[in-house]
Amino acid sequence: MDVKGTLIVVFAVIAAALAAAAWEIWLERRLLALWQDRYGPNRVGPFGLLQVVADMIKIFTKEDWIPPFADRPVFVVAPGIVVVTTLLAFAVIPFAPGVAVSGLDVGVLFFLAMISLGVYSVVLAGWASNSKYALIGGLRAVAQMLGYEVYLGLSVMGVVMLAGSFNLSAIVEAQRGLWFCAPQLLGLAIFLIAGIAEAHRLPFDLPEAESELVAGYHSEYSGMKFALFFFGEYLGITLISAMIATLFFGGWLGPWLPPPAWFALKTFAFVAFFILLRAALPRPRYDRLMAWGWKIMLPLALANVLVTGAIVTAKG
Amino acid sequence: MDYAFYIAAAAALAATLRAITASHAVHALLYFIVSLLAVAVIFLLLGAHFAAALEVIVYAGAIMVLFIFVVMMLNPGPRSVQRERHWLRPRIWAGPAVLAAVLAAELVYFAATGAGRSAGAGQVEPAEVGLALFGPYLLGVEMASVVLLAGLVGAYHLGWHLGRRPGGRETGEGEA
Repeated sequence: MDVKGTLIVVFAVIAAALAAAAWEIWLERRLLALWQDRYGPNRVGPFGLLQVVADMIKIFTKEDWIPPFADRPVFVVAPGIVVVTTLLAFAVIPFAPGVAVSGLDVGVLFFLAMISLGVYSVVLAGWASNSKYALIGGLRAVAQMLGYEVYLGLSVMGVVMLAGSFNLSAIVEAQRGLWFCAPQLLGLAIFLIAGIAEAHRLPFDLPEAESELVAGYHSEYSGMKFALFFFGEYLGITLISAMIATLFFGGWLGPWLPPPAWFALKTFAFVAFFILLRAALPRPRYDRLMAWGWKIMLPLALANVLVTGAIVTAKG
Repeated sequence: MDYAFYIAAAAALAATLRAITASHAVHALLYFIVSLLAVAVIFLLLGAHFAAALEVIVYAGAIMVLFIFVVMMLNPGPRSVQRERHWLRPRIWAGPAVLAAVLAAELVYFAATGAGRSAGAGQVEPAEVGLALFGPYLLGVEMASVVLLAGLVGAYHLGWHLGRRPGGRETGEGEA
């Protein structure tokens, strides 16, 4: 692809990701309201669609306060990291045949690398805030995200073995006959659970559990810096949903509709699933979450790699 | 491509220098992370995509997070910053400076004679790395795994001892 084409794809991907994340805030509030028998935001614009715009105006005009006891440079940098790394991870996702910012041959690993760098945002925010609730939130986040990162990586390895490549376009192409959600059902389940924990979404949002930690790692943040954390969370949901669609549900593959439409449909189906989980499940206790990860998820993920490897070797 | 290399190399140098001289532990670690990321970019430019991705995932994304985790728990205050400043007196620099000078001399020699120039040998596929690791270098991989297993068993033993000792710190209920 020439430079101009790449630039167009870059800006299209950034715009699409940002618009999707902003719109998800509205979607989440409306869907939660639907499942809880109330209306949700329905005053600003048609169906309340402009609620996000109103929220943005409010957040831009709020005071951007840095506590005097905070570590200033780290405090300022931390919220940006999660947005930057998540947006970077979108670079390797193919939206249609041949349409991706980068056809990197180690695409899956790039995604894992960006996810693992995103941890810094939460950790540094928790530390730089210099307050006990934020620090506890940050400590929880490190242990949770480091642990679940391991299973996230291991659960993808089955898909990589079946496709024979780390390249995401090649993985989508390899699913022409059968989506990987069928032979890699266990891998899908582990990826989904680990993905929720990585995005620290409910029910795994213990780093910011508001009933015990005020707001966890972002207790001290206000204004635009808080908005970046908030936005980063929705970008993370979009990213994990897009990766589930790409790795396990054939990405842009599908009949009748054009490829990007299929990709968007599948992604938003998982976004809606994430939101349903928030409406349906309570938080687990923190030590149970960790014990469950290391004692059940890790052995299962390793067994999945072992069995898939054995089958691939036996076949080829 | 060359410009990208020099920019990444300069970033790595500057970040490593600050990692050593910064007297605040967390700031020093942050500079070290930047230095690791810059090295990953250099790997990428040399065609070692797989090594670059692993550098970010394993070093920058996992090991350094644990470092920060520990420093966060110890929570160094202004006093430790003072102590760190105290340690970084010119006298302390003598040893490292001599060693660094030796490396610099070597670098200048290779740059001048053109010997040992093997950079950019083409792109290395992940599969090639795997075949090399589990082919000619199998013994090294197995030895590394033995060391890691020993570390794991040791950590498990220490944790087990702490949890069972009478009067020792109890772990949470439901956990053994």
